[in-house]
Amino acid sequence: MPTLIDNRPPEPETRTAVSAAARAKGKGDAKGGLYKPREPIYPKLVHGKWRNVKWALLIITLGIYYITPWIRWHRPDGFPQQAALVDFTGRRFYFFDIQLWPQEVYIFTGLLVMSALALFLVTALFGRLWCGYACPQTVWTDLYIVVERLFEGDRNARMRLDAAPLSFDKIWRKTGKHLTWLAIAFGTGGAWIFYFHDAPTLIRTFWTGDAPVTAYVSCFLLTCTTYIFAGWMREQVCTYMCPWPRIQGAMLDHHSLQVTYLGYRGEPRAPHKKGLSWEGRGDCVDCRQCVVVCPMGIDIRDGAQLECINCGLCVDACDDIMTKMGRPTGLIAYDSEAAVSHRGSGQKARYFPVRSRTIYYALALTIVSGLTLWSLLARPDADLHVIRDRNPVFVRMHDGAVRDGYTLKIGNRTFVPQRFDVSFEGVPGARLSHPGGEGQHVSIVVPADQVVPLRVFVTAPPNAELDASVPARFVIRSGDVQAEAKTVFLSGAANPQ
Amino acid sequence: MAHERETDHATGVETTGHEWDGIKELDNPLPRWWLWVWYACIAFSIGYWVAMPAWPGLHSYTKGMLHQSDRANVGKELSALELQRGQGAAMLRTASLEQIEKDPKLQAYAQQVGQSVFGDNCATCHGIGGTGGKGYANLRDDVWLWGGKLEDIQYTITHGIRTGAEGARMSQMPAFGRDELLKPEQIDDLTEYVVKLSNRPADAGAVARAAPIYETQCVACHGVDGKGNQELGAPNLTDADWLYGSDRASIRGQIYAGNGGVMPTWGGRLSPETIKALAVYIHSNAGGQ
Repeated sequence: MPTLIDNRPPEPETRTAVSAAARAKGKGDAKGGLYKPREPIYPKLVHGKWRNVKWALLIITLGIYYITPWIRWHRPDGFPQQAALVDFTGRRFYFFDIQLWPQEVYIFTGLLVMSALALFLVTALFGRLWCGYACPQTVWTDLYIVVERLFEGDRNARMRLDAAPLSFDKIWRKTGKHLTWLAIAFGTGGAWIFYFHDAPTLIRTFWTGDAPVTAYVSCFLLTCTTYIFAGWMREQVCTYMCPWPRIQGAMLDHHSLQVTYLGYRGEPRAPHKKGLSWEGRGDCVDCRQCVVVCPMGIDIRDGAQLECINCGLCVDACDDIMTKMGRPTGLIAYDSEAAVSHRGSGQKARYFPVRSRTIYYALALTIVSGLTLWSLLARPDADLHVIRDRNPVFVRMHDGAVRDGYTLKIGNRTFVPQRFDVSFEGVPGARLSHPGGEGQHVSIVVPADQVVPLRVFVTAPPNAELDASVPARFVIRSGDVQAEAKTVFLSGAANPQ
Repeated sequence: MAHERETDHATGVETTGHEWDGIKELDNPLPRWWLWVWYACIAFSIGYWVAMPAWPGLHSYTKGMLHQSDRANVGKELSALELQRGQGAAMLRTASLEQIEKDPKLQAYAQQVGQSVFGDNCATCHGIGGTGGKGYANLRDDVWLWGGKLEDIQYTITHGIRTGAEGARMSQMPAFGRDELLKPEQIDDLTEYVVKLSNRPADAGAVARAAPIYETQCVACHGVDGKGNQELGAPNLTDADWLYGSDRASIRGQIYAGNGGVMPTWGGRLSPETIKALAVYIHSNAGGQ
């Protein structure tokens, strides 16, 4: 696993330049001070192919996040009209035509496993694309940087502003930035709570003070985390807090496409003057554009690093420079380690998207997706669980007949009340009874989308020749809605009374 | 352990002068967040000390500005619970037994109350599952000495059996042997007769001899056909249910000594609502009658 080797020089120029500024502020470093300050990163705006992809994903992901709770969906009266709703009080999860009950939480487990496997597969194929393009931390940080740029200008202006003494200009720019950040953070927290409550109602009650306490608390917490994570901590979340970089390292290998500096082509690097020959030198002109645009503050030319989120902004920056220099683009590119080393030694570059680990990941993903989808589609509209009486396990009647008691939990998943016909199969001549009814069948009305318990007694006729334990089942039917559950009938044959 | 403070060569940091087995402690600065958390904890502890009961004294303790007291809180919770139960009790009080059993919500509530009260008060004799035992009635089957309708059950619980209280159920089986009302061989014959009543093989001669004795001594309560009488609490001798055992020795013992159990009067001990809930619980658990 040589992908995450840190072959940076011991004291990179970039770091000293920035940390010197931090030291100058007098907050101390390792020696004498109370703490070690973060070295600020001022990512520069870059234009290009990958930046455009990032813009698009930023708009799409944020759009999905903010708009989803506002989509209406028709359900019968008395049921939520919101397409996506986690109804904790009603203990239901609604997602368009899908409705999940608490006991179906395994479908979420399936979704989580699918997400994990998809992440494994994508990482094995293309590196940490999730981190660079779709992770909420990346998306919101990106959005926050846009705001920062709006108020304080691009990289150089921001650096100047931070170094400048306090002035009215500095105060209003900083205040404006933080207020906008807070507004976005509040919008983030505010959007989150709409997933748990009818959005049009909540947006009104939220301001009148009538919303549930949990709504205010959740909104407050998400406001705080968004503001702190995307505004103040940024790359530190990825580097120090997030477990994914550690886990994802295990999915990468020589054939994964990662943002790579083609060292064999770039070195030896040196500044370049127009008109001079490119003979005997590399294509890298040491302009450091790849470093100044990096939101993680690293130098990709040092090789693959833990901090790199594979976002490709350095690719755009370098391509821009190479085009200006009249050199071929792709000095920094999504490339695999194996392909680079092949090309470096003059061979043809080869890519291996199909290899054992991608096959395994894809296979596992297919199986889990299939199972999850199947369990979702194969669910019946009725729900039946049987709880046998354990004390006593059976009762002998005055005429010698044997009676077992069961509690049925009958669930109706449809949005209309159902009259279920309950029957018991397995013991010939058995009679069903419950307080209020008896016969070969009993029936019960279950209101829409509810579970109703029903105590049922099953009496086997006297002198029925039964084994001690007889396999049996309950069946409930209402039109074409039906469900069944296995159980046993204990006849007490082994324990004569 | 304590040594001179010195400067560590590798890091250039001064040591604290502490050393364990040759390992020296560097005097590195604390992380800023750690310091702040520590300061915050100190500030919090002072606030806590002022606001909450904190210090023990000789006779009492510092009460704190918030007057927080766990005992008072429990009291409040208990009275809240009482109030909550009061609502349920009111529902049970106003509804009739049939209404309770028909209404799924009330029924579920009565079941819950009934189950817990049964466990506390009835399970000692009747068993946690209600199946009773020798001398203690099985409340899960369809045999009822005193009637198995909701009202009957409610009445039995309220008044008890053989307690001597007013309204209590009362039946007495004479002790034919102990009180020398019958001769031992007559009791033996009667035992065979009772065995025969429940359709089991019995000595025909003894049965014939016992017939006139049964007619004079037993018919009044147990009936000509031995089917008993619920009005009098006389058990049915022809079915498969035996309160004191179905083997010959048990039957003979019962004729000899005429045992009769006592069930307490619950009327004064449990509230009428609770007894209602209990009756519903027992009735539905036994399949109803």
